[in-house]
This record gives sequence, structure tokens and C-alpha cells, in this order.
Amino acid sequence: MRAVLRHPLFRNSAVLAGGGILLLLVLIALLAPLLSQTDPTAIAPRFRLKPPSEDFLMGTDKLGRDVATRALYGARVSLLVSICVAAIAISVGLVIGLVSGYIRWLDGPIMRTMDGLMAIPGILLAIALVSLSGSSLLTVIVAIVVPEIPRVARLVRGVVLSIREEPYVEAAIGLGTPVYRILIQHILPNTIAPLIVQGTYICASAILVEAILSFLGAGLSSEIPTWGNIIADGRDVFQRAPWIILFPGGFLAATILAVNILGDGLRDTLDPRMKKRLGA
Amino acid sequence: MRSRNFRSLASLIGLGIGLGLLAGAATDATAQDKKVLRMVPHSGLRITDPIITTAFISRNHGYMIYDTLFAVDDKLQVKPQMVDSFKLSDDKLTYTFTLRDGLKFHNGAPVTPDDVIPSIKRWGERDTMGQKLMTFIKEMKAVDAKTFQIVLKEPYGLVIDSLGKPSSNPCFIMPKAMAETPSSKNVPDEIGSGPFRMVKSEFQPGVKVVYEKNPDYKPRSEAPSSLSGGKVVKVDRVEWITMSDAQTATNALIKGEVDMIEQASYDLLPELKKSKEVVIKDLQPLGMNYMLRMNWLQPPLDNVKVRQAILHAVSQEDYLAAQVGNPEFYSVCGAMFGCKTPLKTEVGAAGTKKADLATAKKLLKESGYKGEKIVIMAPTDINSINQLPLVSAPLLRSIGMNIDLQSMDWQTLVGRRAKPDPIDQGGWHIFHTAWGTADMMNPVVNAGIKGLGKEGGWFGWTEDAQIEKMRDDYAREADPAKQKAIAEAIQKRAYELVMYVPLGEYIQPSAVRTNVAGLLPSPALALWNVEKK
Amino acid sequence: MLRLILSRLMAAIPVMGVVAIFVFLMLRLSPGDPAAILAGDAATPEAIAAIRASLGLDQPIWQQFVTWIGELAQGDLGRSVLSKQPVTHMIADRIEPTISLAIVTLLFSVIVAVPMGIVAAWKQGSLLDRGIMALSVAGFSIPVFVLGYILIYVFSIRLDLLPVQGFTPIGEGLWPFLQNLILPTLALSFIYIALFARITRAAMLEVLGEDYIRTAHAKGLPDRVVLTRHALRNAAVPIVSVIGIGFALLIGGVVITETVFNIPGLGRLVVDAVLARDYPIIQGIILLFSGIYVLINLAIDITYVLLDPRIRY
Repeated sequence: MRAVLRHPLFRNSAVLAGGGILLLLVLIALLAPLLSQTDPTAIAPRFRLKPPSEDFLMGTDKLGRDVATRALYGARVSLLVSICVAAIAISVGLVIGLVSGYIRWLDGPIMRTMDGLMAIPGILLAIALVSLSGSSLLTVIVAIVVPEIPRVARLVRGVVLSIREEPYVEAAIGLGTPVYRILIQHILPNTIAPLIVQGTYICASAILVEAILSFLGAGLSSEIPTWGNIIADGRDVFQRAPWIILFPGGFLAATILAVNILGDGLRDTLDPRMKKRLGA
Repeated sequence: MRSRNFRSLASLIGLGIGLGLLAGAATDATAQDKKVLRMVPHSGLRITDPIITTAFISRNHGYMIYDTLFAVDDKLQVKPQMVDSFKLSDDKLTYTFTLRDGLKFHNGAPVTPDDVIPSIKRWGERDTMGQKLMTFIKEMKAVDAKTFQIVLKEPYGLVIDSLGKPSSNPCFIMPKAMAETPSSKNVPDEIGSGPFRMVKSEFQPGVKVVYEKNPDYKPRSEAPSSLSGGKVVKVDRVEWITMSDAQTATNALIKGEVDMIEQASYDLLPELKKSKEVVIKDLQPLGMNYMLRMNWLQPPLDNVKVRQAILHAVSQEDYLAAQVGNPEFYSVCGAMFGCKTPLKTEVGAAGTKKADLATAKKLLKESGYKGEKIVIMAPTDINSINQLPLVSAPLLRSIGMNIDLQSMDWQTLVGRRAKPDPIDQGGWHIFHTAWGTADMMNPVVNAGIKGLGKEGGWFGWTEDAQIEKMRDDYAREADPAKQKAIAEAIQKRAYELVMYVPLGEYIQPSAVRTNVAGLLPSPALALWNVEKK
Repeated sequence: MLRLILSRLMAAIPVMGVVAIFVFLMLRLSPGDPAAILAGDAATPEAIAAIRASLGLDQPIWQQFVTWIGELAQGDLGRSVLSKQPVTHMIADRIEPTISLAIVTLLFSVIVAVPMGIVAAWKQGSLLDRGIMALSVAGFSIPVFVLGYILIYVFSIRLDLLPVQGFTPIGEGLWPFLQNLILPTLALSFIYIALFARITRAAMLEVLGEDYIRTAHAKGLPDRVVLTRHALRNAAVPIVSVIGIGFALLIGGVVITETVFNIPGLGRLVVDAVLARDYPIIQGIILLFSGIYVLINLAIDITYVLLDPRIRY
């Protein structure tokens, strides 16, 4: 245990700060029902657009719902979406990247398809996917995942291509080791560090994209509060009730900030090559 | 080689800075042209054919560039507009219409019966009231260059009311070539005989439409009243500038970048009221109505008891407070034909006005409802109705219904509600919408109470032979008192069967700068007679 | 060089093909029906069916695809379902605001970010460096629409300095043009300044560690000269390529800014078209954006060769 704690990861201040804030947010999300007794979907038109006060810490929205409660519950969805997106994008991208990097005749077609997907602006693709297939948690996640996959696949493919030239891998191939074992034993471990780093950035961008989808009217219904749709709900009353945007906006910015800081820290400790390339 | 590239990059950046400095020196040269009226319409104009679609924005566009044979005044009385005079034969079967002198299309051609008759036909294929009228018409024929006749199979009380119908779809008159476009295709051009001409080169669908005064338009001599009377244009140019963001529109109005907002956001009214240069006006005195519509083909809503349970569960006040917010602009209204119309009646309306959860629960129990899933479609991108489903969902859950609130954009909803299929094949149970009162003010126009089921009914496919017979009786009746009695009977029946649940009446205030005068209250936007001082 | 360009262009064809097929299938396999939208709220199902048929939407999907590709091959993007205007015409009408915003934002970001990155690298580890880097992380974290509203509130409403919304074509004067673009540019460039500053700093740091820089310092050249003449020139390759990618992202990313500031550009055109299921517009614009992306990548490759003679293709 102590050996684990002595790992450079736990001496990097960025990792500690970013991770700490994130952990706090996850706790808030998990404990939302305990932190606020109010129902986040309960409407009370008589109390609409009330400024922050003792009763409503962050004021109320257009339907008289408590913004503080909604922001707490919103943390759940935003974090859930971002974690699911990162997990799915990485798993799918990993498989595609491995296959493409290792099986030569599939490389061309797969990479052209990935190039095609990358050429479509990610936000537009996501908007189109959500609004065309109806908005639910699942479609929102899928819509954010699809534009991320090519980036992961390319990253993995790059690692595969460089690793398979290594003498020990060539030796393994020469000894007739089955393909899946080469992939699992020799190649997979080398992808872990860059993927963890990539994963944190995907988390950050997923939270942002979800907010953008909601902002443009292509996100989840406001029955399921997310930071994005709380902000979207408040945008046409911004001048009159800025608290609806500012508080969840603060949460949103803080979370993305924490994830980005964590990502930088992870990159510095886990993936020195990338550090050299990107600096910081 | 490298350094040369660098120098060019540097000079490019230098150029950028230079441009910036130059710009600072330039002066603000926007000369205020007083004769241009700039308005933020309630939505972006994309479909320019006011017959193919029932969209209000296209209807308003229609009133700019087209003219109508008849039009309503501010008391909803139908008055001749393009028609100079008309006669009904003694057997009540032949109407003879004479057009006014000097009617000209924007391309200079005179308006003749050869244009009018195909225009009526095309409208009659699409419009609810037009369709009804067409079933009574034996033939339409031109008599001379200004006179035409409509010959009926049997007497029909609503000929003039139909031709002067104020809202979607009004019977706009187009040139023959355009009017002969199949009613399932957009008209290919924008030529009307109305008080404005569309500047086609400046049309950007969804963003901006520009109209200019039609110098050849000959207004009637009467004073303007709602959509009737003399349509005298008092500005040179009208620009509709779409702003999808209400806040942006509000700020633009306060700063004078636009002159009016057709539908101001309720939540931003306090801000507008703070400005001394802006006044809030109610230009649509008839107002609008929210409704909850159910799918009669979809179990368990095929069971009248379940529908009645929903009727008794709702309280209009909840919906109005959630969607409109400000009591100044809404009122509880159980009249299916509108509360400011001649056919106003509250008969049968008790259920929708006050929530009676005990009765609702009792009815639901009697119905044998076993917790089947009820799908409510909730639009995310239409601010004018998006709160309504959010009120229904918790409410109906509270009487024990198993609600599945599915959010989607409005266009998905519009596509999906046309499907009568079972739930697992993309069907639906409930949606909410809003209608202008002018589009529901009598039993013929109100599509919500049609009883035709899958054979020509509106989405939800309400079916009832008795209602259909009464609608028919209403259409044939010419005596207003008797018409009203029939309308009452229809409303009573429609409430018993719960054809839809009215959720209250509201008005959409406009916000106008104080230097704009002469706006006419009307069921559709009227921009003639408007002055900019 | 010519061969490089040609081979790259050839490679772009299958990529665009993938885009075309993907977009087409995505639209046709989704719910929603342009005919229902065209017909409006009170239309009967029969009327909608008639309109569907007149739009050719009742034909099998493969047939619709063949028709579309056939027209595409002749440079015809079709006509908008709703307004009946040719899509090419609508794109031409709406491209100026988008391109203007993208270029002004790009210029502004580069002018601000590159010096920031250089200074940060020069004073690596100092308070200034940390400040700049902290700012750049913050730049990634504030959503552009939140920033947009704050800017409008401060500069248009409170201080009354700039217009709230809209776009003035450059043809109507440079100042009115810029006046409308200042706030959107500020809102949008935040994230690009963050990105470019980071990349510049990283690229500079890498170069500053090289021997020839030390030699230059040893020769007694002033820092300014070493930084700009020696270091920046050699750090230019990664910087230029990120700027290129930034431009491609910008073209697609202006959607939100266009919504907040009510700018009638391509971004809003395509979002509105998605919400209205106006298939020809969606297909046309996504193809256009993808084409721009592919072309910019080609341009980046060429710049590589120009800026760094070591790179050969």
C-alpha cells in the first residue's frame, strides 16, 4: 500500500488537486438525495425566478424548481455521461485501433472510415445524431461517443505501429505466438498510459458537449437535470435571473477545470513522451 | 526559403493590425432611415407558400404579399376585400362576385376570375374549412373579366365565412400559373396582389425577409379594421429579422436596432417595461389556447374513462402559471371555441378548470387501467409549449398513471404524431400544443373536435359519428342563434368523449418602440397602416 | 510537390465518400419527416402523404441515394425542402458571416496567443508562466455560451459599447463590420488562445533546449533575437499545424457563437435544418465542412514541407 502511495502519481500536485476536486464532485453527485431534500423535478410556478435566498440557495428557475437541488442532481448526469462516454469511446476506439494497426489489409478501409468521421465537425455530428434519433440518455451518450472514436482509434493505431517494430515483438511474431497473445501481452500494456490521459480529456469534452447539446435544444428533457439543460433553461432570462446560468455554469467550469488539471498531471507522470510533445 | 515564408506570415499579421487601426478611424455611418420597419417575427420564414402549410409565419407572410376576397374586421364580421360586391340568388345556390377595380398582381397583370378560381380550388384542397366548402360546390365559373360565380349543390351557410377565414389557411389569391401548382408542392414564385412586394433577392430563409411597399396597390376607401378595410402602407420597407434567442431580441429592441418584437418573451417583459422607449401591446385580442391531445387509437386511451380521468386531473392554472407565468397574460378558459368569440360557451368544461384528483383516481380505477405505460411526447426546442408536458407528467403520475416522458425536438414530434401505430412501433399517447383562437373559433375550423377518426381526422384520430353530424348541421345553418345552440351541443359532446383537454387561454404580447404607431389588432399580423415617426 | 498534392487529393475521395454515405444513411434512417414539417400543425395525414410523394421521399432509400449522388456529381446540392431555394445559393448567402468570424477569431487568437506562449516558454517556471498556463486551462473550461452571455451583459447592456447581436457585411464598412464581430470573436477565441498558447509554449520549450539556441545565447545575442529569429522559426511547424486544425474546428464550432450572437451563418443554417429535417441542406453543409477539413489538412501537409525541408513525402 505504501509502495503504491509512493508512486510519482501521488506526488504530482496537479493529479492531487484535480483528483481531489473531482472526488468531491463525485461525492456530491452520489449524496445528492441526502444534501437536498427537495425533488429536483418538483415544480412550483408561484416561486418562479426567485433570487438566491435562505430557502433557495441558488434561486429558482422558470418553473420554480430549486436550482441548487437541480445542480446537485445535474452533477450525477453530467458525470455519468462523461464517464460512460470516455469508457465507451476508449473501448471501441481501442478495438478499432488494435485491429487496424495489426491487421494490415483492414488498415486502409478502417482508417478511411475514421478519417471520414473525423472530417464531420464533431458538434454537428452529435447534434444530428441526438435530434435525429430522439433524445434519451443513451442517444446523448452515443452521439458524444461517435465523434471521439476516431481520435482514440488513431492514437491506439499509432502506438501499435510503433510497438510492432520493436525487436521483442518481432521476436514474438517470429516465434509464432498467436496474434491475440501478442496484442494482449505486448501491445495492450503500452496503450494504457496514453489512453488514461486521453480518457480524461474525453471526459472534459463530453461534459462540455452535453451542455452544448442541451443549449441548442438537442439534449435531455429538463425532467432529467443536467448542468447543460439547467443553463439552457435559464438562457432567455439571463438578465433577469442570472443565477440560473451562473451557478451551474460555475459547477460546469470547475469540473472541466478539475478534469483538465488531472489530465495534465496524469500525462506528466504516465506518459513522458506526450509531455515532451505538448509541454506543460 | 524558410525566412521568406516567415516574412510573409509576419506581414500578414501586420496587415491584420493595420486593418484594425483603420477600422478604428472610420466613423459610425449608419444613417437612420425612418421609413424602414424592422421586426423580429415569432419564427423564421422558410416556407413561403401559405397554402401548403398551416404555419402561422407563412400565413403572416401571405397577408403581406397576397390579398383575400373577404376579410374579417375587429368584430370578426366578414367584409369584402378584393370583392367589390356580391349577390346570392333567391334559391340560395348561386353566389355572384364582382372584383374591385384596379386589382393588379406584382407583375403588372390584372387580377381576373381566371386567377381567383384556381386559387380557391388549391386552397380548398388543403384547408379544413375549404375542404368542407368544396363538398358543397357544384361549379365555379368566370362570367366576365371581373365577375365570377360559385354554384352550390345545396345551400351552405359558410361560403363567405370560409372565403374570409382569417387564419390558417386563409384563401389567398395567386396568379393562375402559381395557383395551378399541385397543393402538395410549394408555389414556385412570390407574386401576389397584396399591399407589399417581397424582395426576393434579399430573402434568406429562416433569417431575413424583406418587403417593399407595393406602389400599385389600390386600398379600399374604408378605414382599416383588423384584416379588412383600406390597407394603406405607410413605410417604404419592412424587414423581418429572425432572432432565435429571446434575450438577444429583447436587447436589440431596447437599443433600437429593431422596432418591434412580434411575440415578446413573458419572462423578459419586466426588462422591456423598464425601457421608456418600448411599449407592450396586445395585437392578437383573440389570443391563443393550449391543449392536451390524446391518441384515441392507443390503449388505454381508447377507453373514455381513462380520458375522463385525465380531464379531471388537470387544472388549467398550473399549466398557465408554468408556461406563461404572468397572470396578466393568461386566463382559465374552458370554451373550446375560445373565450372572446361569439361561440363562447363553458358547457361541459368543469373538469378541466379545477383539478379533482379524487374523481380522477376514481375514474381511472373504474376504467380497469392496469399500469400500462403512457408515452407523453415532450418537445425540447419550442419555448412556447415546452413546459406543458413537464406539468402533465408529475400530475398524471400522482393519479397513478405510469408515465414515460420522452423528449424530442419538435420536428420529431410532428413526424411521430402522424403515426397511428402501436407504442412499440413508434406510436404515442399524448402531446401538447397551442392554437390561435382564430383557428378554433367554430366547429368547422376546429380540427380538434373532428370526429372522422383515421379517415381525415386530426392527429389523435378522434372518432364520433354524432359530432360529425352536428358539425355538418352547423355548416348548413345560417341563423347565428341556431348555430350557437349546435356549437354548445358539440362542445358538450366533445367534453364527454374528451376529444382534447383545453389548458387555458393566453395572449402573446408584442413589444413595440414608441415611435411606431398604427398597429392593428388582428387574428394575423397586419403591418399596413403602421407608421414610423 | 505537385505529386504530393495530387496524391493527397486522390486520398480525399474515399474520405468524402464515407462522409456522403454516412450522412445520407443517418438522415434517412432517422425518425422525423420533412413532409410533416412542411405541412404544419393542423395538416391531415393525407395531405402529408401527398407532400411526401411529391418530394420523392416515398421511394426506396437506395433509389434516393442514387438520385442524390447523381446530382452531386453535377455539382447540384439540391433544393431546400422548405423554402425551395437551391442549397448552393443558400450556402453562398450564409458563408460570409461564418468565414469572417472564423478568420477574425483565428487572427486575433494567433496575435494574442503566440506571444503569450513565447513569453511563457522564455520565463519557464516563473509566476508569469504559471499564470499564462493557468489561464489557458481556464480557457478550455469555460463554455463559450456562458462566456458569450457574460460579454453581452457587460459590454452591450451595462457599458453600452457594442451592438448586442447581428452581423454587418464587410461591404457596408469596416467599422460596422468589426463592431458586430468583436464580442463573438472574444467569446470564441478564448479557447483557441488557450490551445495556441499551450502549443507555442511546448514547441518553444522543445526548441529552446537545443544546442544551437545555447550557442546563440553564448554569442551574446539578445533574448528577443534568439526567441524570434532562432527559436520561433524552428518551432513553427507544430504551431502552424495546430492553427490549421484550429481553423477546421472553428468552421464547425461557430454554431454556438452564431446562436448566442444571432449571426446568420452556416452554423445556424445547418442547426435549423437539422431541427426541420431539411435533408438537402444538412447533406450539403456537412459535405462542405468535411471538404474544408480535408483541404486544410492538405494545406497543413504542404506547409510542413515548406517550413521544414527535412520532411519529405
